[in-house]
Amino acid sequence: MHIVDRRLNPGGKSLANRQRFMRRAKSLIRKAVHESAASRGIKDADEGGEVSLPAQGVHEPGFHRDRSGGMRDHVLPGNKEYVAGDTIPRPPGGAGGGGSEGSPDGDGEDDFRFTLTRDEFVELFLEDLELPDLAKRRVADTESVSWERAGYSVTGSPSNLALLRTVRNGLSRRIALHRPKPEEMAALRAEIAALDEADPRRPALLEELERKLRRLGVIPYIDPLDVRYKRFDPRPKPVAQAVMFCLMDVSGSMTEHMKDLAKRFYVLLYIFLRRKYKHVEVVFIRHTHQASEVDEDTFFNSPETGGTVVSTALEEMRAVVAERYSPDAWNIYAAQASDGDNTASDNERTAELLIQAILPVCQYYAYLEVGRESEHFPPGFIRRDSDLWQTYAEIVQSGAPMAMRKVNHRRDIYPVFRELFARKHAHAGAESA
Amino acid sequence: MTLATPTRPLFEGADWEFSTVQRAYEAIEQIALGELGLDVYPNQIEVIGTEQMLDAYSSIGMPLFYKHWSFGKQFARNEALYRAGMQGLAYEIVINSNPCISYIMEENTATLQTLVIAHAAFGHNHFFKNNYLFRQWTDANGILDYLEFAKSYIAECEEKHGEAAVERLLDAAHALMTHGVHRYPRPRAIDLRGEERRARERRAYDESVFNDLWRTVPGKSNAHKDPTAGERRRALLQLPQENILYFLEKAAPRLAPWQREILRIVRQIAQYFYPQSQTKLMNEGCATYVHYRIMNRLHEKGLLTDGAMVEFLRSHTNVVFQPEFDDPRYSSINPYALGFAMMQDIARICNEPTAEDLQWFPAIAGKGDEMAVLRDVWANYRDESFILQFLSPRLIRQFGLFHVLDDAEDPHLTVQAIHDERGYRKIQRALARQYDIAWTLPDIQVVDVDLDGDRKLVLQHRALNRVLLDEKDARAVLQHLADLWGYDVVMREIDPTGEQVMKEHSLTPRPGIVRAI
Repeated sequence: MHIVDRRLNPGGKSLANRQRFMRRAKSLIRKAVHESAASRGIKDADEGGEVSLPAQGVHEPGFHRDRSGGMRDHVLPGNKEYVAGDTIPRPPGGAGGGGSEGSPDGDGEDDFRFTLTRDEFVELFLEDLELPDLAKRRVADTESVSWERAGYSVTGSPSNLALLRTVRNGLSRRIALHRPKPEEMAALRAEIAALDEADPRRPALLEELERKLRRLGVIPYIDPLDVRYKRFDPRPKPVAQAVMFCLMDVSGSMTEHMKDLAKRFYVLLYIFLRRKYKHVEVVFIRHTHQASEVDEDTFFNSPETGGTVVSTALEEMRAVVAERYSPDAWNIYAAQASDGDNTASDNERTAELLIQAILPVCQYYAYLEVGRESEHFPPGFIRRDSDLWQTYAEIVQSGAPMAMRKVNHRRDIYPVFRELFARKHAHAGAESA
Repeated sequence: MTLATPTRPLFEGADWEFSTVQRAYEAIEQIALGELGLDVYPNQIEVIGTEQMLDAYSSIGMPLFYKHWSFGKQFARNEALYRAGMQGLAYEIVINSNPCISYIMEENTATLQTLVIAHAAFGHNHFFKNNYLFRQWTDANGILDYLEFAKSYIAECEEKHGEAAVERLLDAAHALMTHGVHRYPRPRAIDLRGEERRARERRAYDESVFNDLWRTVPGKSNAHKDPTAGERRRALLQLPQENILYFLEKAAPRLAPWQREILRIVRQIAQYFYPQSQTKLMNEGCATYVHYRIMNRLHEKGLLTDGAMVEFLRSHTNVVFQPEFDDPRYSSINPYALGFAMMQDIARICNEPTAEDLQWFPAIAGKGDEMAVLRDVWANYRDESFILQFLSPRLIRQFGLFHVLDDAEDPHLTVQAIHDERGYRKIQRALARQYDIAWTLPDIQVVDVDLDGDRKLVLQHRALNRVLLDEKDARAVLQHLADLWGYDVVMREIDPTGEQVMKEHSLTPRPGIVRAI
């Protein structure tokens, strides 16, 4: 008998099968991922985890009998009262005497549940999306610089001396100029020492020694010409952290449904940023006629009453940016959700704040106008755009890094998000909404 | 047991190390071979972790297997269930090979490891080595080598022909796997090593005689019609043929050689597992009975502490639990429960027969040596014949078995038989049928193919008791079949009593699914 310890065998034996399965069920998994992401909190939205697929999608067919019709026999354990000849009313939902026949082939498969890793999850979730104009703005806005090695130079500070390269240059120069080697000198000296004072060869050898000593003095071991320094070039360092501002109107006119839509959008944005940046912070700012920074739970769940003054939220955001998130060190993204109401007198102030204070520091500003679930108007009746919408539309037309969309239904969120961040036309959609 | 035994227990507490396993194995071996007279393949015991157990689950328990998405699906499902705590993992997996490989989980306690060794390394192992079905149908010596060959061959094909092409082929082959088995033994013995060697030779030969010119030789003109041609053709093609994969491998006109080889691999593996599906009840019954005897004996000898014995009895009781039909936990008859009960019952009949037993089982009642009887039973029966022969009236009463007939044309279900004098035989017969694979698998055969005309392949399903096939799945499988065949396929579902056609499915191959050109 052998006992073999296999525990240390390399794992991941079925990884190849898993990848094949993922490829096979890609469209189903993608759908499941989107649905599951919507039901999570913002911060743990991209943690990977369990998704469930409809069993039919990855079904493996086989010949087996239909589960109804024809004549069937069942032998069951646990008889208590029946005698031969008794009739039993057919149990609802199909055949099966009393209990159910053992499904011979797993035909009654439930939904197929399995776990995705975080990477798989995000990868599927954000396929072919891209942050708008990321690279361009990044270079313009970043001030932090990293130094990278870029070959050698002949000047530099002693601390950057490239020792190896310097010595190597010296060696090749010494070879090229025939600088006498120490062992040659030693051999010559030994030869002279071995000869008699009166040997006829002695003068010639002494002369040669003399010549070589001179040469040794003229050709230095290391010449300033040999010296090389490591060269460093400055490279602008991409800022690897981002902050995401969630601005939301929480006044009475915002229903639960609207908040839910907003939340879904924030979740998507958060996941998206997480993929691009090492470190993402989220700031929640809610406003009525006054704004305040709150935590996630309060943001979504505690009701407020009051008027609607959007500029207060922008003011608050500006204050937070000034206090904690210097645009040099942070990529700033903002997403605002509102039902579009604003106090009429505030629109001008809002636009001004946005153009002068907010947009210049933001990588991207998204405005999401959330509506009621069933918003329909009588034919011929044209819906008037909201105050906020009109105000923002002007700004967007001027080409600011900003996008706006209207969303009424949960199912629209993801398409809208994809549209905003689709790889090709990052800005094109602003007018079409 | 009450005598003071000088022996020290094999272990105390739950922890174990390799020397513990070794000691337990030796003690068990002594009992199994010496006292129970079991005959086993040499054992190899492999300690594995959770992930490896899940790995083994997903490739039907085999240590190496080719790659396919369905195994990934299996793995993902099991992993999700396991992580959610909804499903425990088996304590062991055992492979019918020589040497017999048993996987044991590192998380098991020392008691469980002892139980697992008794159950798998001796119980199952004895059954694999001795049961006639396994002897006839499987080659324990060659299976691991053959799987190795299958894996590398399929990997090679993926490299040569693309993963997608191989995947489509395997999808189709897997769909037909249940009908890729020779049900009736033929004279030659199974020799998987020779199989592998022949496959290599076939390929080498094909490559050596390949001449592209043959492609350009004009075919012979249409042979004149012969009235007996149909019969001759069916004879040549060995029709009717129930092994659909075999038929495709030999006769499908458009498959490339590598595709035939892969069909052959899938078919060989299906064949290898065929005995397992016919002996589930006996196999588990045998292993459970063996571990029960061995564990009790170890305890008697003082090799197991009382605590370990209680722990063992607890898992044993869970394993052989049979919920009744009106229990929400009921899904089907538990093969461990019924198998174990029948083995114990046979032992009882041998040693303490009642008058009833003497009448029902004259051959074994009161014979005494229960292990000899059981060894003979384990060697010479399969589930169906085993139940028909050995399900005793006493057991029928104990389980309260009753037989219900469900006829779709009748508004009610009828109780046909219960545990009484008139019912015993009927219940034996009805239950045996549930374990008869010829009865549970639909009877589907290739009956004809028109080779001179449109090459339409004709299949027939003899709808036993007028139960038709599940239409959606049947059409999906037939679609795969049509893709492999390359021409139209039609399947008629007929009522075997009246021979009239109840339903007909016909399908056309999708272009370029199996053959890209």
